[in-house]
Amino acid sequence: MAHPAVTLAAIAMLAAATASQAQQQELPVNSVADGVFVYNGQTAQMTRENDGAIANVGFIVGRDAVAVIDTGGSLRVGRQLLAAIRARTNKPIRYVINTHGHPDHVFGNGAFVQDGMIFVGHANLPRALAARGQFYLDAFRRTMGDQLIDEIRIVPPTLLVSGTLNLDLGGRMLVLRAWPAAHSDCDLTVFDEKSGTLFAGDLVFLAHTPVLDGSIRGWLAVIGELGALPAERVVPGHGPVSEWPAALADERRYLETLATDVRGLVARGAPIAAAGTAASAERSRWELFDDYNTRNATAAFSEIEWE
Amino acid sequence: MGIARALPYIARVASIRVKVVTMSGYLFRLFSVACFLLFGAPLAPAAEANDPWPGLVQDIFNNRPMNDGSEVIGIEMPARAEDAAIVPVTLRTKLSPGDGRQVLSITLVIDQNPAPMAAKFQLGPDAKVSEISTRVRVNNYTDVHAVTELSDGKLYMIKTYVKASGGCSAPAAKNADEAKGRLGQMRYRQFAKAGEGPASGIREAQIMIGHPNNSGLQMDQVTHLYVPAFFVNELRLWQDDSLVLTMEGGISISEDPNIRFTYVSNGAKRFRAEAKDTEGHVFQREWKMDDSGT
Repeated sequence: MAHPAVTLAAIAMLAAATASQAQQQELPVNSVADGVFVYNGQTAQMTRENDGAIANVGFIVGRDAVAVIDTGGSLRVGRQLLAAIRARTNKPIRYVINTHGHPDHVFGNGAFVQDGMIFVGHANLPRALAARGQFYLDAFRRTMGDQLIDEIRIVPPTLLVSGTLNLDLGGRMLVLRAWPAAHSDCDLTVFDEKSGTLFAGDLVFLAHTPVLDGSIRGWLAVIGELGALPAERVVPGHGPVSEWPAALADERRYLETLATDVRGLVARGAPIAAAGTAASAERSRWELFDDYNTRNATAAFSEIEWE
Repeated sequence: MGIARALPYIARVASIRVKVVTMSGYLFRLFSVACFLLFGAPLAPAAEANDPWPGLVQDIFNNRPMNDGSEVIGIEMPARAEDAAIVPVTLRTKLSPGDGRQVLSITLVIDQNPAPMAAKFQLGPDAKVSEISTRVRVNNYTDVHAVTELSDGKLYMIKTYVKASGGCSAPAAKNADEAKGRLGQMRYRQFAKAGEGPASGIREAQIMIGHPNNSGLQMDQVTHLYVPAFFVNELRLWQDDSLVLTMEGGISISEDPNIRFTYVSNGAKRFRAEAKDTEGHVFQREWKMDDSGT
């Protein structure tokens, strides 16, 4: 029989290992095409309870290297994404691509910081992170708590995209495209030519009420161009992986309704405080509608009144 | 107020706040980001623990006594900021027609913002301005105070409380390039005032000024220096040559400053606006009273 002290030490080690394993547990990812893996985020606000894992994130494995697309809403989620990658491939991670600057997509970047890692983003992403990064850390401390927020570092991109950029993972070309202001002013899409998979970031929402933080007119114009991309499926920023371009229909209808209703309010001389009545016909079709619709309408009003 | 006065205040509240005096002596506090960098600890919890209002009464109002303003002025804001960068606020005077006192000025203070003094409106002596709406940035959960000075020489205060917005909303530009592109554009619009015929002389109008109204709180990633603040700090509105309203503004006013107001027409044929910003630009424009377009 083992000495009690040895037993105690063994229990302590086991407890430590379990705790560390809990930290390193894998994000549950699905393979949506050969070599393309996606974690489907919860449709929710970022909280302590969900670790901020509300956005879709994923990775693409080529012959030589791996590219990560968005890193989740906390360092913990980023580490879990890293664990999910390491459970599937030993190939080096060469690129971490951020589809834009919102916290649910970039807070996990720190998990991937190491020599030689290339962080990729829209040419406007550094400006957006500079203007908003510290504000986001302060604001989300309230809902996510010190433990999750303390370890987060804002990691800006080192490789900037204006127009388009091709990244070769070895027999696998990713086509990155930077868009004019739409969902935000730093939206970047990633198209995997090999599988026909488009990672659209928050240019595409399904189920989750679209969130306007750029330009409603710009977004509607970008949707028109996006629809022409020869993709088979889309990984939206929020919502299920879906067929392309049918996946655009709900979002287009919402944004068109919002723009039309807001134009009516502006024409009638309504004050911006009344903007939240716009797009009320859409309420039953979306989740988190009351969290985002008034905000979207307010932003749209301040843009459309300059038409 | 001067630097000499600012120093005891810093000691008194025992929190580390960098004070910069600008804009005709009004006070700016650049705390959150700067202190995070200097001391490695975010100040949000400290800001909640300390009520900044007593210090603001000293800094902005020279410690003058505050009287209850609930019979003098109303303030309307949403209970929650939906878009942190564009929070509507309406100030409405409540003096009865028989009250001999006049509203001289209304000062809007957003206590927990980096620059709490959002705006000071001075009302033209003959324009009988009864309502002013604008849009502000709200950085945090905060009290918002409106302080009115009446012709009796006293200050009257009311307050409301606004919760910060959720999600990825931020009090920063959504489309920074577009904001720069509109610099200096001005628009005037006149609205039909419900329930009031033209004979009453009561008019509702709006002035829009294209301006990024940068907060100056962003850091340049390359130089690690703060981008200078760049905002509209003065706006004056006239009907013919009679002053309707002036605003001294700060960085808490939203991008593209927008002022909607109700006043009494003196029969003027022209409406005139002049805005100045912190880089010395002067934007001037005038409209015939029927011109409510651009």
